[in-house]
Amino acid sequence: MSQTKKALLVDPLVDNNPITLQVLGICSALAVTSSLQVALVMSIAVVAVTGFSSMSISCLRNYIPSSIRIIVQMVIIASLVILVDQILKAFAFGISKTLSVFVGLIITNCIVMGRAEAFAMKNPPLASFLDGVGNGLGYGLLLMLVGVVRELFGAGTLFGITILESVNNGGWYVPNGLLLLPPSAFFIIGLLIWVARTWKPAQVEEREFKIQVLEEH
Amino acid sequence: MSNRKPGTLLGRFLALPVDSTPKTIFVAVTLCLFCSMIVAFAAVNLRPIQSYNKALDKKINILQVAGLYKDGIDIESVFKAFEAKIVDMKTGKFTNAVDVKNFDDRKASKDPKMSSLLVDDPASIGRKPNFTTVYLLKKEDGSLDKIILPVYGYGLWSTLYGFIALEENGNDIFGLQFYEHAETPGLGAEVDNPRWKAQWKGKKLRDDQGNLMIQVAKVAKEKQYHIDALAGATLTSNGVDNLVKFWMGESGFALFISNLKAGTV
Repeated sequence: MSQTKKALLVDPLVDNNPITLQVLGICSALAVTSSLQVALVMSIAVVAVTGFSSMSISCLRNYIPSSIRIIVQMVIIASLVILVDQILKAFAFGISKTLSVFVGLIITNCIVMGRAEAFAMKNPPLASFLDGVGNGLGYGLLLMLVGVVRELFGAGTLFGITILESVNNGGWYVPNGLLLLPPSAFFIIGLLIWVARTWKPAQVEEREFKIQVLEEH
Repeated sequence: MSNRKPGTLLGRFLALPVDSTPKTIFVAVTLCLFCSMIVAFAAVNLRPIQSYNKALDKKINILQVAGLYKDGIDIESVFKAFEAKIVDMKTGKFTNAVDVKNFDDRKASKDPKMSSLLVDDPASIGRKPNFTTVYLLKKEDGSLDKIILPVYGYGLWSTLYGFIALEENGNDIFGLQFYEHAETPGLGAEVDNPRWKAQWKGKKLRDDQGNLMIQVAKVAKEKQYHIDALAGATLTSNGVDNLVKFWMGESGFALFISNLKAGTV
């Protein structure tokens, strides 16, 4: 039993990562990874929301009428997101200004809805909580990886601490401005998916169709 | 699910399947009530801390626009160098009609008693407040150093709230900074970009004849008065242009600035 619980938490990190394997939650991954600090706060927010929303939905799963189940899930997720937003505004005002709309957009993050619908509706609360936290962590791990590349090579810093002294400040490093723009995250995530699927070939999807070989006459 | 006798109303309700209409409505209503209570509880309880943060953020922005902000300074003590005063927008003079400590500019600008309807409204703000808080930065000998004036107006998505800092002559701009807006990140939100903001320093509001010359322009021809508009953010740039012209113009602070120069405030 404890083995499966550990699996619930660890599996989404690499083997079943919501971003690299399921390719969910890309939108916010592009937006909040230009600095590590913001990416970290966003990751924590998503871990909290996926964990607690999966748990609450799992507690209610036997009472949720199937005709309104998506709406019920949305109401629970939205309430949790507002809660997180309010807490951030109170205790991390500067970061909540940088995150601006993206905290609110956790509501539409496919990972949260996906776990609620695919896992929490069918499993007990503790397992659902672990599954939610695991998937949130998998999302967070990718966010941090992308954030490291973008902040280090885009601004020469990590968590705002200068690592590569940039030319503007009298150093030698010419920052790559592209990495601070959202499209660069697309390339980095694409490369990470490539790495993940080379390392674990089981993640490669089966081809949906094959090009037919012409038969010889 | 229940071993109650199906005779009572409650018993009959509990015996219904989960997907039945009454139970669906019951679940929806209960859940909504419960969630709204949690959200309302959090919002009400965290509001004092949030408004303290907002007030602190405003002070930081005033310090930044005046070029006094550095990491790690004690904001409250540095902020004491500023003198907050209320300006009567009709006469352009200081007034004691309202208490400066408790005056809420944002609230007053929407209060019909404290503001007047605008007919000519380039900044799309609807109403013009009768009273406005301005901040005067004094030098150590007590003479005027900088004038910090609040400005706001509509951009593309949102009202931009900010401060403009003028040198003591009331014509040279020291800086412009917005502390609240919701413009597009990466495009309109570049109004926060330090490089763009640096352009404002040293620009003049008016020429020698007293014509308002300041402009956010696509082609910044006249280096003395023109600010290069933001690329890809025409509507935000237009909004900034309109709001600066409005607040620095005759319907804005022009009267106050000339009174201040003449020493008749």
